[in-house]
Amino acid sequence: MMRKTVLSVALGIAIMAPSAVMAQEVPPAAESGEAPGDAQVDRDAPVDWDREFGVVRKTRDPVTGEIPVDPYVQSDANAGASPFTGEGMARAFGGQPGIRRVVDRFVELNTTDPRIKAIFGEHDMVRLRRTLFEQFCLILNAGCHYTGRDMKSSHKGLGSTRADLNALVENLQQAMRENGVGFAAQNRFLSKLAPMDADVSERGEKRLLGKRR
Amino acid sequence: MATILTTGRRRAATRWSLAGLLALGTPLASPAQADETFDDAKLLLTNGVTSVEGASGGGLASWSTIAGRGTERAIGVSAHVTAIALPDYGWQSHGVSVGIHDRLELSYARQNFDTRKVGAALGLGHGFKFNQDIFSAKLRLAGDLVYGPQWLPAIAVGVQHKRNLDGAIVRAVGARSAQGTDFTLSASKLFLSRSVLVNATARLTKANQFGLLGFGGDKHGKHSLQVEGTLAYQLSRRLAVGGEYRTKPDNLGIAREDDALDMFVAWAPVRNLTVTGAYVDVGSIATFGGQRGGLVQLQLAF
Ligand code: HEM
Repeated sequence: MMRKTVLSVALGIAIMAPSAVMAQEVPPAAESGEAPGDAQVDRDAPVDWDREFGVVRKTRDPVTGEIPVDPYVQSDANAGASPFTGEGMARAFGGQPGIRRVVDRFVELNTTDPRIKAIFGEHDMVRLRRTLFEQFCLILNAGCHYTGRDMKSSHKGLGSTRADLNALVENLQQAMRENGVGFAAQNRFLSKLAPMDADVSERGEKRLLGKRR
Repeated sequence: MATILTTGRRRAATRWSLAGLLALGTPLASPAQADETFDDAKLLLTNGVTSVEGASGGGLASWSTIAGRGTERAIGVSAHVTAIALPDYGWQSHGVSVGIHDRLELSYARQNFDTRKVGAALGLGHGFKFNQDIFSAKLRLAGDLVYGPQWLPAIAVGVQHKRNLDGAIVRAVGARSAQGTDFTLSASKLFLSRSVLVNATARLTKANQFGLLGFGGDKHGKHSLQVEGTLAYQLSRRLAVGGEYRTKPDNLGIAREDDALDMFVAWAPVRNLTVTGAYVDVGSIATFGGQRGGLVQLQLAF
């Protein structure tokens, strides 16, 4: 679960500083630290372990508030499902404003759900809210393009299981229900997401055969 | 991370005590691994209800579902009680199931079939009960009920070994044996785009009236191929309605046997309980025709 991190850690040293593996988001204002070399030697000052271990913090983009990710090719195909045709589904969700409410509530539920919040803890929820909105909006044919990563690479190494996926689906159902999406439309939307299971969660079969990843 | 682990353990501890309630006996894993043993994490209703033979599925059909609420890395358990009231008979069955890694299902069910007045008419005595034990295993070979490609249903094979406890009597009515084994092959899928669940099952069986009247007969003594189908509609996360049809052999010369059908409502008021109500039509049983009535089932699952 800890493998995806927003830090680049100098190789090898990370092992000695396990706490540095935890993601740390630094607001743009905090990046104005002293440049290396011009600090006075002060024995009482707390040790800057990040600098000692060569940790480079990625800072949030001052405009979007997002933490940059490694480069990838953008394409609607990354959304992992073909959009619905017609306007019915977009209408069932209340158009783009409705989809945004569903997504925001969905992310809120996931990040507070004791079953799965740990998986989201160290990740960029600002980016997730944007990319999820784009993905849902595209699939629901509500007039968006998806600029996020594909499902396989964005979930690689998260270690999420079928149980986690079911918890996430329950949260999505709750978010849709609270925002007035009818049950048949909820299921129709889920029919686009259900086939992504192998990309967004790990298969238990591996474990059955005794191979733990 | 420490807090995360603690939460996991505590949740698991609750599961343990709940599982204990089902009195399944020996723990299946050491407490150290408890946080993985019972995850109680299937989506509502996707563990199905319990069929008359004790396998998970619909009321009459055995589906490709695995009993209990455990997912691929966990174990699930379930227990059920079913009562069916027919014009001339009463049915009561109960049993327990274990689902291992959402892959292998092992179940036991006991059927008690009350002949009431018919018992006297047949010379067995008023309220004579036919009893049967059924030991079943089901293995999901491929696919998934909900996830994966839409075109790939969950596919499972099953065996149901039935031991009728009234051997002398079932042989007297013409059955060749008091024991028999059914073999099933099933495919089940919840088509989310339509909120519809479809199941189709092929069954090789010798059973007369599910085995309550023994196995094989003067008309036909070997296994025959029978089919069962289910069509259900999901109204909400907690509520589904549907219908089932099941063909049955007609092996005994003394009494015609008909196909069976049901129309059901399954409701999960809380995640660990499914209440099923159904209208059942099993046709003629031991020369008494028109056996149409009601079914009620309570199923607890973890
Ligand atoms: C079909 C179900 C799912 C869909 C449609 C979905 C969709 C998405 C999308 C669109 C992104 C953003 C990709 C990007 O940043 O470019 C994302 C990221 C993420 N998802 Fe999912 N997801 C699903 C299941 C899950 C599950 C089961 C979990 C874990 C419980 C999960 C946890 C995450 C996390 C932690 C991220 C952030 C990854 C990062 O920051 O690198 N997702 N998901």
